[in-house]
Amino acid sequence: MSLFIAKRFATFVATLFGASVVVFLILEILPGDPAYAILGADADPSAYQALRKELGLDEPALDRYLSWISGVLTGDFGISYTYSVPVSELVVERLALTVPLAVIAMAMTVIVAIGLGLYAAAHHNKVGDWGVMVFSQLGIAVPNFWFGILLILLFSVYLGWFSSGGFPGWDAGLWPALKSLLLPAVALATVQAAILARVTRSSVLETIGEDYVRTARAKGLTRAATLWRHVLRNALIPVVTIMGLQFANLLAGTIVIENVFFLPGLGRLVFQAIANRDLVVVKDVVLLLAAMVVVVNFVVDIAYAIIDPRLRAHDA
Amino acid sequence: MTSRTPSDLFLLALRHRNLLLGGALSTLIILLAVISLLWTPHSAYELDVANKLKPPSSTHWLGTDHFGRDVASLIMVGAQNSLVVGFVAVGIGMAAGVLLGLWASAQRGWIEELIMRLSDFTFAFPAILSAIMITAILGPGAVNSILAIGIFNIPVFARVTRGSANAIWAREFVLAARAAGKGRIRITFEHVLPNILSVIIVQATIFFAIAILAEAALSYLGLGTQPPQPSWGRMLNEAQTFLYLSPHLALFPGLVIVVSVLGFNMLGDGLRDWLDPRLSRARLSGYAQ
Repeated sequence: MSLFIAKRFATFVATLFGASVVVFLILEILPGDPAYAILGADADPSAYQALRKELGLDEPALDRYLSWISGVLTGDFGISYTYSVPVSELVVERLALTVPLAVIAMAMTVIVAIGLGLYAAAHHNKVGDWGVMVFSQLGIAVPNFWFGILLILLFSVYLGWFSSGGFPGWDAGLWPALKSLLLPAVALATVQAAILARVTRSSVLETIGEDYVRTARAKGLTRAATLWRHVLRNALIPVVTIMGLQFANLLAGTIVIENVFFLPGLGRLVFQAIANRDLVVVKDVVLLLAAMVVVVNFVVDIAYAIIDPRLRAHDA
Repeated sequence: MTSRTPSDLFLLALRHRNLLLGGALSTLIILLAVISLLWTPHSAYELDVANKLKPPSSTHWLGTDHFGRDVASLIMVGAQNSLVVGFVAVGIGMAAGVLLGLWASAQRGWIEELIMRLSDFTFAFPAILSAIMITAILGPGAVNSILAIGIFNIPVFARVTRGSANAIWAREFVLAARAAGKGRIRITFEHVLPNILSVIIVQATIFFAIAILAEAALSYLGLGTQPPQPSWGRMLNEAQTFLYLSPHLALFPGLVIVVSVLGFNMLGDGLRDWLDPRLSRARLSGYAQ
């Protein structure tokens, strides 16, 4: 098991390193000169020179990469060009919204999808199964931001139950804060749940046909007990893989959804940073989001081995 | 593939709802785009502020927006935009990804390992994230969003191509071709590519749907297609400002996105079952779902 974890950890570190190189190359090397990218081509020469010095662009690229990455590793993300405060401060403030939003959405996704997937598989080829498949097909096709707008239309404009956007902050109390994250989380979760429900259904259907399931039923176990104890655990393997990929989509989705609901999270921060051409913030936040995706994939790999001992035996 | 007469294939297509419904919906969207090149109910660019935010009527079937532009015409012209972005972005992803996948499969060894590990890195960057990086440097616009979506597609096509190509390389007829003295490049294009083409076409159809969604999201954020060129995502962005006054503005562009994504997804599913006789037969006899 430890060899398996060590191997996965090595891949994880290599991927993180690769991701940081990609971010650095695209945002610092590709534009030719980030100072021009920030100020525009017709910038005042003295302002341009001052910004070059401030951003450390007079140093070689390798030195710049090393000083950026060592800063990131020690929590020093640099200073935001537009806000004139440390990027780490901005990020910590915004993470307090984005992480709970993504976690709530992921929890909704898992609960709804596994429930629907199991239900559909247990009612294979009946009306319930058909209904879940239609939900899944439609859910995949609906853009999450449009679904968000429809939720605002129904729950804010017509029913008046929720505000149409904004975030009161955690200081305003747990319920007001959670309430303002509820619609955005539903908008994010519905699409992902549609995909995951489909995967769960087909995985459960495949497992239901196995000999050991028939044996479990033959020795007198009830239908529900067989589903929970024997089918679900074995059917979970592909489901967990997809969940890992979905968390990446969910994080990317927060960028769009935070803009739909005017939530001051990480997604909105990076989006505003683009509008203000604040490349320091863009670079750090993109790396952070990519790192979160890589970390989740690493955790999924480990979860994989816990669910299926065959995998770690095979690999180690 | 087993030999089939055209009437057998027609019967299979007829029995397959996904293919038919998906084909019909996709054709509808393509028709909208083509017709809009020749005719739209009103001009999609002409402003008519006196008639702004009108609900659907016989003159303006889907109403008018905040500039008095005809929503139905905007949706028709917007279809051109979505299809072009989808087509070019998937084209970029497919061309580069298929070549890389074929190369990895033909060479194996460290080249295969390198290409696959590089494609792993790009998985850390979902389309929106790579689009954000690209637009942060190059500025917003349709061309840059095409680039961003296209680049995101490359590793996916590379993986699918390599996986399918590896299976073909292990077949006897490839061994026979090698014994006959054919080189790797010739075998790749004469034997491997034709045999994995159906898998690539299916993948392209499904990614076409994903590209339409990604373009709509980027345009909604203001990073994609810029005004005055109509785009569905941008229409939704503008509609959100007038949600209390004219809620109908937020309905139609979203519906048309759903119809096109649903259409191309179902077409992809349908094509997969049609082009893979083993799976199709299993489905028809009710074994695999």
